[in-house]
Amino acid sequence: MLFIKVSMINYIWAFIIVFSFISAVITGSMQELSSSVFSGGSDAVELCLKLLGSLCLWNGVMNIAEKSGLCEKFAKLLSPVINFIFPKLKNEKAAKNAISMNITANLLGMGNAATPLGIKAMKNLQGLNSNKEAASQEMMTFVVMNTAALRIIPSTVAALREAAGAAEPMDIIFCVWISSGLSLLCGIAAVKIMGRLMKK
Amino acid sequence: MLASFIIPFFIAAVVVYGMVKKVNVFDCFAEGARQGADIVISLLPVLTGLVIAVAMFNASGGAELLEKLLRPAASLFGIPSEVVSLCILSPVSGSGSLTIFESILKECGPDSFPGRVASVIAGATETTFYAVTVYFGSVGIKKTGAVLPCALIGDFVSFAAAALTVKWFFY
Repeated sequence: MLFIKVSMINYIWAFIIVFSFISAVITGSMQELSSSVFSGGSDAVELCLKLLGSLCLWNGVMNIAEKSGLCEKFAKLLSPVINFIFPKLKNEKAAKNAISMNITANLLGMGNAATPLGIKAMKNLQGLNSNKEAASQEMMTFVVMNTAALRIIPSTVAALREAAGAAEPMDIIFCVWISSGLSLLCGIAAVKIMGRLMKK
Repeated sequence: MLASFIIPFFIAAVVVYGMVKKVNVFDCFAEGARQGADIVISLLPVLTGLVIAVAMFNASGGAELLEKLLRPAASLFGIPSEVVSLCILSPVSGSGSLTIFESILKECGPDSFPGRVASVIAGATETTFYAVTVYFGSVGIKKTGAVLPCALIGDFVSFAAAALTVKWFFY
């Protein structure tokens, strides 16, 4: 199973760039492609500036929550779920605290808070990781969890539906729950299965 | 709106709880915030790579090309053709998929079949590439193993489930 041991990101990144070049040749949009390279660079800096603000804010708020013991309360509440998904972290308090804050932020739909809190959890998981270059099983599970949208109220979607004149903007909520729940389950299952295959 | 209450309430509650527990809330905040600044610096290089690739993909017309290729496969799973472009963009670009979602709502109507499927997809997916890049970039992990294929499997499941559940619930 050598092919999954090589980082996929390298291939996908290269593919996107080469594919973009080829499609620009086909569709004749080379000029747009050329200018997108430069605007993309400054967009990245803009994104980092936006992230800088929210990362500082949420790391600061989290620090208060941690020092005051609030994190541990959340972690206790979510402990059964986290123990089930991350059996190896049973006795790792710091990592469990950070993961439970990230889950809480995701469920409440605080997207811009979930990312900084998730990064904090990743730092904790990296501390427990034996090979600092390669992702651990727990990291993979955690990231896949964050790529599925766990949220109670899809507020952005509802707002856009309302703006477009939907009769009942929230009527899709059960479908959203089922779809994101299934995608979460399948993602986690895939990580567990792949992890087993790679051990062999 | 209720949604706008959540974040201010959450921050206020954390601060009040900290005060009750006799934590020096402002010093504590500043100490934590400093770590945020370090993380952003380690993220800038990886994010630049990702954002440039996504910008190139959007500008080149590649999304439309890929859409034509994937349409037959999508119809196998009951995904309406209007929504295919959203499926392609949603793992790659958050702002891009929001724009497409809005245009689907406008063109097909929010209560049409494609409009509803698009709504479910927009609500049930996250920007996969961004999350993978940010989370692994922030701790300097180079070998991400099976994460991306697994996350994309998850995304694909939510596309198919969106089409299926909307059919069940509404038609």
